[in-house]
Parts: sequence; C-alpha cells; structure tokens
Amino acid sequence: MSNGVASLSSHLASSEAAPAVSVQNLRKSFGSLEVLKGVSLSAREGDVISILGASGSGKSTMLRCINMLEIPDSGEIRIGGETIGLKKTRKGMEPADQRQVDRIRSRVAMVFQSFNLWSHMTVLENVIEAPIHVQKRPKAECIAEAEELLAKVGIVDKRNQYPSHLSGGQQQRAAIARALAMHPKVMLFDEPTSALDPELVGEVLRVMRSLAEEGRTMLVVTHEMGFARDVSNRVVFLHKGVVEEEGAPAEVFGAPKSERFKQFISSHR
Amino acid sequence: MDFAFMRDTFLTLIGGVPLTLNLAFMAVGLGAVLAMLLALMRMSGLKVLDWPAQAYVFVFRGTPLLVQIFLIYYGLGQFRPALQEWGLWTFFREPYWCAVFALTLNTAAYASEIIRGGLQSVPYNQVEAARACGMSGFLLFRRVIFPIAVRQALPAYGSEIILMVKATSLASIITMMEVTGLAAKLISQSFRAVEVFVVAGLIYLVLNFIITRIIMAIEWWLSPHLRRPPAIEPRLEAAHV
Repeated sequence: MSNGVASLSSHLASSEAAPAVSVQNLRKSFGSLEVLKGVSLSAREGDVISILGASGSGKSTMLRCINMLEIPDSGEIRIGGETIGLKKTRKGMEPADQRQVDRIRSRVAMVFQSFNLWSHMTVLENVIEAPIHVQKRPKAECIAEAEELLAKVGIVDKRNQYPSHLSGGQQQRAAIARALAMHPKVMLFDEPTSALDPELVGEVLRVMRSLAEEGRTMLVVTHEMGFARDVSNRVVFLHKGVVEEEGAPAEVFGAPKSERFKQFISSHR
Repeated sequence: MDFAFMRDTFLTLIGGVPLTLNLAFMAVGLGAVLAMLLALMRMSGLKVLDWPAQAYVFVFRGTPLLVQIFLIYYGLGQFRPALQEWGLWTFFREPYWCAVFALTLNTAAYASEIIRGGLQSVPYNQVEAARACGMSGFLLFRRVIFPIAVRQALPAYGSEIILMVKATSLASIITMMEVTGLAAKLISQSFRAVEVFVVAGLIYLVLNFIITRIIMAIEWWLSPHLRRPPAIEPRLEAAHV
C-alpha cells in the first residue's frame, strides 16, 4: 500500500468485507461488436463462482478483463479493494501503471483453456518460474513448494518432463500447480476442461473441487453443469454481454427465472 | 595429382584458417547484435523505426556482398577527410576492419529476418500466460519470448553462420590473407589452380563440418521438449517391480 491516503480511505470504506473481486459496469467492444454491455459481479473471499453462457456471451472476455488481458472500455475492477487504474489514450484504454497491473496479476492466477504452459521448460520449471522471477522468492523454497503442489495435483513423477510429453489432463493439472505456486488470492479459470478429452475432464475437475473445498476464491468460466451445480456457491449466467441470471446453484437450477437460462440448461443436460 | 605439392599447399593454406574464422566470428557476433536491433525495430510497430530497418534489409540483401566490400574499402576512401575528423579513419584504413564491417552489415540484414521470424513464431498463448503471471517488459522477453524464439530461429541461423564462413573468402580481394587469399597467392606463384583450390575447398568443408556439428549439438541441447520422452523414470520403474 504505497499511496497512503487513497488506499486508507478505500480500506476504511470496505473494511467490513472487501470483496476479493469486484467488477462494476464493465463494457468492452471489439470493433463494432459490443461484447460486454455493463456487467457487474462481486466475489467475496472463498466464493466459487461459475460463469455460464453460450459461446459469444462475453464470459471469457469478462474473466480476461479481471487481470487486464483485455482492457475494458469502461467500468471499474477492484481486486481486494484496490482499483486497477486505467487511462485513456489515442488507441483506447490502457493500464495507467504497468507495475500495478503486474503486481495484481501476480496475485490473480489464471488457468487457460489450452493450458499455455511454457514449452521450453519442464513441468517443475514452469511451476517455479514466476515465484522466482516475479515474486523474487528463494529458489530452494520455490522448488520444495512446487514439488508439494505437483504431488497435490498428482503429477510429481512428471516434474522433469516437458509439457509436450504430457496428456492434456496432466498439462492442465501442471498449469493449476503453476497458478497455485503464486499464492494467489483469486484464481481465474477460463474453460479449463473444454480442450480435454471427455475421460480426462474428471481428473482436472477433481483437483478444482479440492481447491474449492480449501476455501479458495475461484471464478470459473465453464460448460460443466455438474461443477456449477455441486461445487460452486454461486452461478452467473451471461447472455449477449449482460448478466441474465444470478444466484445460488440450487436456486437458479431449481427455479430459473430467465427464459434463456432455462433453454441453456435444457440444451446442456 | 601431385600429393607432395598438395600437402605443402595444405600446410600453407591452414595458416589462413585463424583469419578466416576470426572474420567469420567477428561478423557473426557483431552482426547478431545489429540483427537483434533491426528485428526489434521492425517489430516495434512504429513507422519511424520499422521503415529504416526495412530499407536497410532491402539494400543489404539486394546487393552483392562483393559490391558492398568494394564500396566500403575503396568508396569510403573518398570521404577520408570527414572520417579523419570523426576519428574513424584509423578504422577504415585497415582492410581487416573494412572486411569485418562489410560482412557484419551484410549478415545483420539476413539474420534480422531470421530473428524476426523466430520472434513472430512464439506462440501468443505462452506470452499471455507469462503476462498473466505478472511478467512484462524485459523480464517477459528474457525468460519467455527470447528463449522460445532462439529455438525456432536456430536452424536457419546455423545456415547463415555457414554462409558467413564461406563469405569470408571475398575478403581476399581486399588483400586479406585468409584461406582463399593464400590460395590465390599460391596459384599466382605455381599456376596450379586445381590442386590449390581443391585443398582450399576441403579446408572450408572441414570447417563447416565442425561448425554444423556444434550447431546441431546446441539445437539438441536446447530442444529436449521436441524429443521423445524418457519412457519411465528409472527410479519409479524400480519402485514398481
């Protein structure tokens, strides 16, 4: 907390329970296509939120805005009470301070649909890379912790292999270990099982379920209705860039209010 | 074929190998730095940087190296007063530095395109993963983009290094006594062009054989992820028995 007054006042204002993530009135267009039309979302610590929606509904874009992989056109994003500064330039919006973005990103881990492991590094090197070079933690400590994390996701025997030598499910578990190694406050999952063969989906979902049980804050864009229903404590349904339905899984799946969400559920059964 | 003569020729020409390698490695080394700069200029997205780099590559790839060497060695002499004023004359007075300069400028043009290809082939999703971990700027370049780009660019860069070893032979025409320079001198004394050039050719062949092996070894060392994995880790195998 470097700039005293501003951060102090924001801290006081949200002292009761600063949401881990808060997104206010997010808008984003790609050219003439408006993907997000004013989306708001708030996650308290320990929340596991499943974000559902048909393709093109804006769910991935919203998730990517949270760690600034996409820059929103307008709206506000707060991570742990800290607002990400944006500034207007000739080319559009840009982060006001790259160092702030880097710092926040190092606490908001992301798991991608296609794993995105670094191909030239072994599994272990992938996991220790950011802790050592971004968070500047001692190497020995990082390696010890990485081995624990790899054991936890069940691929410690693959630690010296390269991503290209692993199955999709193993790669995604390695990517989850890489995300965990950053000690993230929030974890973002962008369709983590969509690129996997059906028989490999289970092993990744099991790991995600155990993370949810640990009380981690997770935002999960997914098509896995089972996960949304059983693991998450809140479901958000996006349609054409707006939140159509939101609530506890039992509520929204039991008695959906929106016609579109009804259709969506019945098509995903 | 006069083998005794060829042996003597070999012993004479081998004396030119250090200079041949010196010219090649100076040019490749300095050229790599310049090439990196040119590649980054081309990829900067800024017209003021991109355009000069494009023009440079166009000119130096589009004209013969021999012409470039002549222009630098003879042509720059016309600007002697200016060069003396800038303190560069001691440099351009030497045929060695003129040769290094010409070879460097030439290889930089080709190598910059090789490096650009390597940088552009870095999968975007791996860059994005690095950004999502909080990497940016030089750290991102040093840890993720550059290592992947090097692996992509190395085979083509290896060819460029071999081309440069052979291109050093052109320095003989501005009095450099490297392998080809010594060969030309020997021919003018003995008039036995075939034997001398056969020996000279063999020397280049051996040099490039060694260089290709070194490049292959580096490629092998840098790309374990492209090879088949070791089937099962030995320790685990033992544990299963």
